Amino acid sequence: MTELLAVRDLTLGFRTDAGLARVLDGVNLTIDAGQVMGLVGESGCGKTTLARAVLGVLPRNAAEIAGGEIVFKGRDLLKFSPGALARDICGRAITFIPQDPYGSFNPVFTIGTQIMEIMKWKSPRRVTGHWSEHAPLLGPYPAERRRADMETVVALLDAVQLPQPAQILRKYPHELSGGQRQRLMIAMALLPEPDLVIADEPTTALDVTIQAQILGLIRRLANERNVAVLFTTHDLGTAYEICDAVTVMYAGQEVESAPTDRFFAAPAHPYTGKLLASLPRHDGEVAGIPGEVPNLVRPPGGCRFHPRCERASEACRSGKPPAEMLDPGHSVRCFHPVRPAA
Amino acid sequence: MAVWRQVLWKLLRDRATFLGASIILSLILAAILAPVLSPFPEDVFEFHTANRLRPPDGVNYFGTDRMGSDILSRLLFGARITITIALIAVGTAVAVGVPIGLVAGYYGAWPGDLLMRVSDIFLAIPQVVLAIAIAQTLGPSIENVILALSATYWPFWARLVYAETRSVKNEIFIESAIALGASPARVMILHILPNISSAIIVRTSIGMGATILTAAALGFLGLGAPPPAPEWGRMIAESRDFLPEAWWYATAPGLAIFLVVMGFNLLGDGLRDILDPRIRRAGGRND
Amino acid sequence: MRRLELILSRLAWFIPTLVGLTVIIFTVSHIIPTDPVRILAGENATAEQIEALRVELGYDKPLPVQLLSYFRDVATGNLGVSIYTKRSIAETMWHRLPATLELTFAAIFLSVVFGIPLGVLSALRRNSLFDHCLRVVTVSGLAVASFWLAMELQFLFSMKLAIAPLNGRIAGFGPDEVTGFMIVDSLIAGDLPMLGLVLSHLALPAVTLALPAAATIVRFTRAGVLDVINSSFVLYARAMGIPWSLIVWKYVLRNALISTVTQIGLIFGVLLSGAVVIETVFDWPGLGAYAVNSILQSDYKSIMGFTLWTGAMFVIVNLLVDILHTLIDPRSNR
Repeated sequence: MTELLAVRDLTLGFRTDAGLARVLDGVNLTIDAGQVMGLVGESGCGKTTLARAVLGVLPRNAAEIAGGEIVFKGRDLLKFSPGALARDICGRAITFIPQDPYGSFNPVFTIGTQIMEIMKWKSPRRVTGHWSEHAPLLGPYPAERRRADMETVVALLDAVQLPQPAQILRKYPHELSGGQRQRLMIAMALLPEPDLVIADEPTTALDVTIQAQILGLIRRLANERNVAVLFTTHDLGTAYEICDAVTVMYAGQEVESAPTDRFFAAPAHPYTGKLLASLPRHDGEVAGIPGEVPNLVRPPGGCRFHPRCERASEACRSGKPPAEMLDPGHSVRCFHPVRPAA
Repeated sequence: MAVWRQVLWKLLRDRATFLGASIILSLILAAILAPVLSPFPEDVFEFHTANRLRPPDGVNYFGTDRMGSDILSRLLFGARITITIALIAVGTAVAVGVPIGLVAGYYGAWPGDLLMRVSDIFLAIPQVVLAIAIAQTLGPSIENVILALSATYWPFWARLVYAETRSVKNEIFIESAIALGASPARVMILHILPNISSAIIVRTSIGMGATILTAAALGFLGLGAPPPAPEWGRMIAESRDFLPEAWWYATAPGLAIFLVVMGFNLLGDGLRDILDPRIRRAGGRND
Repeated sequence: MRRLELILSRLAWFIPTLVGLTVIIFTVSHIIPTDPVRILAGENATAEQIEALRVELGYDKPLPVQLLSYFRDVATGNLGVSIYTKRSIAETMWHRLPATLELTFAAIFLSVVFGIPLGVLSALRRNSLFDHCLRVVTVSGLAVASFWLAMELQFLFSMKLAIAPLNGRIAGFGPDEVTGFMIVDSLIAGDLPMLGLVLSHLALPAVTLALPAAATIVRFTRAGVLDVINSSFVLYARAMGIPWSLIVWKYVLRNALISTVTQIGLIFGVLLSGAVVIETVFDWPGLGAYAVNSILQSDYKSIMGFTLWTGAMFVIVNLLVDILHTLIDPRSNR
């Protein structure tokens, strides 16, 4: 499999009133073409920040990138100018399914207007280098391309199981249900025929009954179209259902990465083990993880999990563990990984 | 009260709000200490025609007017008129508007509708016009200016309090107070009023500035305190006949009005940022 | 259909509001301590002459009767005659209307054309030097007494620099009257020097009038943009690579203007009040100066005519704002 996206040693922080919050501390993440990668972690572990860093939409005045690279198809996205990133990558090769399908539509335009706006700029039929790239407010939308794009849109609305597309296109966002809106978001993410879709907790805001349908839809369409998906979630169960591989993050560091079956069968990092143990069991017992998520302005040194880890030693406090390959595709950052009893 | 100490601390930390508060404090001090601060306190009501229309110099810092009076001295005494008008007019408008808005908002239905329509009617007339009409009808005097201003300003507070009461009334703590058998008056005064007081305070600070502007406009049109009272708007009107030679004549009173109104506006803006969290803009991220 | 319901309920209150307005103005103007009939009759009039005049003008009847007959007249478009000039008030106001409208439209034009872009820019560059400077200007614009600013502008541009006329709407004869709007009329006549003259007279009063309105628009637009700029849909549009200028000037502005539009009523009130004072300073032959003159002369029928007119305008503008609001915000029609 070819490597599509590789985040290497990405370190960045947000300026806050209390000081610089070190939100990402040397994070690594690799996604192959066509792979559905789950990025799992508790709220505030930095998974959303990582997703936004790839999309180039970090808060402009607060974010400070200290180092690392985001290599997409051989090119470092951090070296792109904002304009070039928006024009050539975002919405084209990498698209986005947001967490909040309620607020992510502009409330004052119809669905059709918003979809066609994306098609106008991001349709695969669009010829690059047109003069209108320099005058977005005046740029025309050639009628012929518009007609062809419209047919694509209607076909894809059908593919995401939205009946009566013509009527839906005439509606305003508030006239649709959450599930309908998220199906639209999926359609809009696939319309530009991207290589990678970043889905940031796409089901958290939805009813439980809808969640399974949306997950199934993402999985199916990604497979059919051979699109890679970076899927962030705090829910291991969700990751288990649709991901090919899983990467776990804790407090701004990635701790373990493995193919899904391997990950659930033989978790190696103590944090992963506790995360799996915290899943509700059949007998209704829930096991929490003792301790607290660390303060990112003054994070613990070394492995950031050591204050909550009973296997922690002096080495864990003083230095960050290197990534250790346990198996092909299974890496862990821990001085004392859990070895399967063989 | 710890809450108020915190509010005060935040106010003083914001430079613009601090500036506004200082301006208002200076105005109050100027009004109180006018006889002490004025270089020529007797000038306010006495004429020295030999001295008339002197440009600013080491003796008359802001120059003299057409009667030969020291403009700085008149300005300082004028602060008393300005502050009296603003305080009493706004105070009356609040005293009338707040209970009306409270009752209308609490009972809703037709009494509320009716009261709001009456205030709509008042709001449909440009304030300056209604105030001019009332002031002219009753004759030029400070009392009538105050009356005209409060008659035109109460609907603003009535509307504000009405809207705030309507939104607070559905809160659980109000409903539980009603369910526990508290009388309407008790609910309104002890439960609703404290919760909407910050909105009233903010609006009052900004309203003071607007009132001073309108009062000055009335004075400018000759409807304020009769001469020789050192009313700022009237001083500017008097100067019109002496332009362009006596350029200093209108400068000082105009700047005085400007500073005082700005002081109240800055304070009002600062208070709103601190007291009214719904309008406070979150600069934070969502992660 | 909430939109229709809203508009109908607003329309239903239109007439009662105007009736109430008339009653208030009528009451206020009839507690005048000075007797207009006595003034009108002249100093040498005998008691009999005054009484005869009183009967002739209908001032001898009880107030409610006078009020009723006033209502009847207003309903037929008759605002009565001025007790001073004996001219029809409705005609005089109609004649003066274009001057006020031209001034007001110019001020609205200036405040919108400058206010909205400046508000957007200061929100985008929040806490920059530009934002701070603009804040100083808007805070000042709302704090300055318009009559004083008008005088200082006259002093600087008319008296010292002599690049703008001191006052009035035109020097000498204006363009041939077609619409009464001098800009339009001089364009119709194809008279460009005349147009320049008209604009030079319009400049100072329009700028003075526009300043507080522009300041209000800047503040609301800035706040509206700041409200929207951090919203999920802006993040989504950025993540999907929609050009930033399009996001700002189409997506964000459209949302931000919703809150600005609800303030149009307020801004219109600011302009109406401002026009009254500014027309007086600039000797502008419009309705505002007319109102001040009428008030100073206790010409109360004229005052009532003016107040009714502005009140009606104000109610209509607010009605239009409500309708506009439901049109640009699809959520309000839920």
